[in-house]
Amino acid sequence: MSAEAIPNRDTMVSARSRGDGPIDMIGLVLTVITILVALGSFFPIYWAVITSIKPDGEVISGSNSLIPNRVVFDSYIHIWNNTNIGIWYINSMVTSLVITAVVIVSSAGCAYALSQLDFPGRRVIYVLILACFMVPMQALIVNHFVLMAQFKLLNTWAGIILPQLIVPVVIIVYKQFFDSVPKEFREAAQMDSAGHLKILFRIYLPMNWGVTASLAIITFIGAWNSFLWPFLAATGEATMTVPVGITQVKDAYGIVYGKLMASAVVAGLPVAVVYLIFQRRVTQAIMLSAGVKG
Amino acid sequence: MLRDKRQEYLVALLLVGPFVLIYGALFVWPTIQMAMLSFTKAPLIGTGDWVGWDNYVKILSHKLFHQAFWNTAYFVLLTVIPNTLISLVIAMAVNRLKGPVQGFVLACFFLPYILPVSVVFLTWNWIIDVQYGLVQGFVALFNGGQPISLTRTIPLFMPTVAFVTIWWTMGFNILLFIAGLRNISPEIYEAASLDSAGRWRQFQRITWPLIWPVTALVLTIQLIAQLKIFDQVYLFSIGGRQDATITLVQYVYKLAFQQNKGGEAATAAMLLFGMIIILSVLQYQLLRARGEK
Repeated sequence: MSAEAIPNRDTMVSARSRGDGPIDMIGLVLTVITILVALGSFFPIYWAVITSIKPDGEVISGSNSLIPNRVVFDSYIHIWNNTNIGIWYINSMVTSLVITAVVIVSSAGCAYALSQLDFPGRRVIYVLILACFMVPMQALIVNHFVLMAQFKLLNTWAGIILPQLIVPVVIIVYKQFFDSVPKEFREAAQMDSAGHLKILFRIYLPMNWGVTASLAIITFIGAWNSFLWPFLAATGEATMTVPVGITQVKDAYGIVYGKLMASAVVAGLPVAVVYLIFQRRVTQAIMLSAGVKG
Repeated sequence: MLRDKRQEYLVALLLVGPFVLIYGALFVWPTIQMAMLSFTKAPLIGTGDWVGWDNYVKILSHKLFHQAFWNTAYFVLLTVIPNTLISLVIAMAVNRLKGPVQGFVLACFFLPYILPVSVVFLTWNWIIDVQYGLVQGFVALFNGGQPISLTRTIPLFMPTVAFVTIWWTMGFNILLFIAGLRNISPEIYEAASLDSAGRWRQFQRITWPLIWPVTALVLTIQLIAQLKIFDQVYLFSIGGRQDATITLVQYVYKLAFQQNKGGEAATAAMLLFGMIIILSVLQYQLLRARGEK
């Protein structure tokens, strides 16, 4: 993603005329195939959504119509009335937002210190972060569970939140961006006898506002989506998060399909909306985090 | 000057403190505890006698551990390379498109990736449902007109879950490949088409070698991610014969949370941990070699 990769206008025009002849038939066919495959990839999501708004009778009629004959919201009303989805939503929102806030604040502070300050123990922190990339969190489930049980934090928000605060990618990305802020900014601020905290919050963070937004969005999506740890830490229905709750509760639903799809739509909606609004930020964050891993 | 230095240390301590506290308590400490626990005969909660390497000997010769290892390896085989190749093909197809069409197509491929695993599970479990699932009409063609459960029929379980996993995660790989493809200068292709090289030759001689570093990155990220597989495999196996399709993390889960064998679970976790560290170090070396060229 270097600057020289952006072609100038002339080469772009000539690259575009690379196709053979006035109409590039192969190119056209490829485009059509690509669009069809893309629609196919989107189809399962579409199918889940329309199943959730069909009447139960139509869902099991075998007609498999791609457009519902009649749109009803019975499935949504049913899950609202008969499951704890409202509580799960609150649990998911609170835990995901707290995780995002704590990860962003603690990582930004630590990254600033690593990038701009000279203090003993820097190497230890580097080793810690590197080790963190290599250790699979899935292997730590047993001892996270033991630890949370010792402090009586199972089935609490804190118990769900704490083990998910380990997101080393965020600190690495921050450090890279803080490294690239010209030193003159800091020196000028120090001339005006501004302290480091002021420099961090008034200069470094605002200058990297876009990065913060990207990292916060992807941390939030990751926390909202996480399954294994919340699944272990929350055993009671009252403390489950949405992704755990919708797979664990199987009450007497009758014809379940529409209701299950309604709960799936409700669970996926926040992250889908966040992605559709902040598409560019999400892609940027993924590139940044993969650049770190690689 | 000395006062300044002390001031700097204090600020550093304040800024680094929360991070060190979090990582110390929730990463370093549990890791040490896990290593200790793996040498004891303890239940999940509580203490037990020190048994030395007994747990390791026991787990390594445990039939279910072998089953979990091979199932995981099979899952890795079914997902990693197919996912990488499909993602590369799609990335090349998306990369030729322009403007809003490209944005739309990319969003279609990427949207599944940001969904929670349980949404993916519920959606596909409905699509493959034996009674009313959409794919059963298609499945019946291969099964003498009879519907068949794709997740209760053991030989079909892993391929089905692998397919769903590829659908779910390929958006991530496609993004990385598109970024890599955009870094290949159009002038190279231009020169090639002046030499009237066909599409396939252009791919063979230009795209494939130049995209290889990204391919290696995608392969290793996938490999490590899929070794840690739990969520989908567990969800699709609920209510079925779980032992037949057990994976390594699921094996740890079973020992700890279903059989209350904390010590043995920690041992299994240590073994998984070892495998992933070896692969991570290899990945790191590989990518560093790439960085240095």
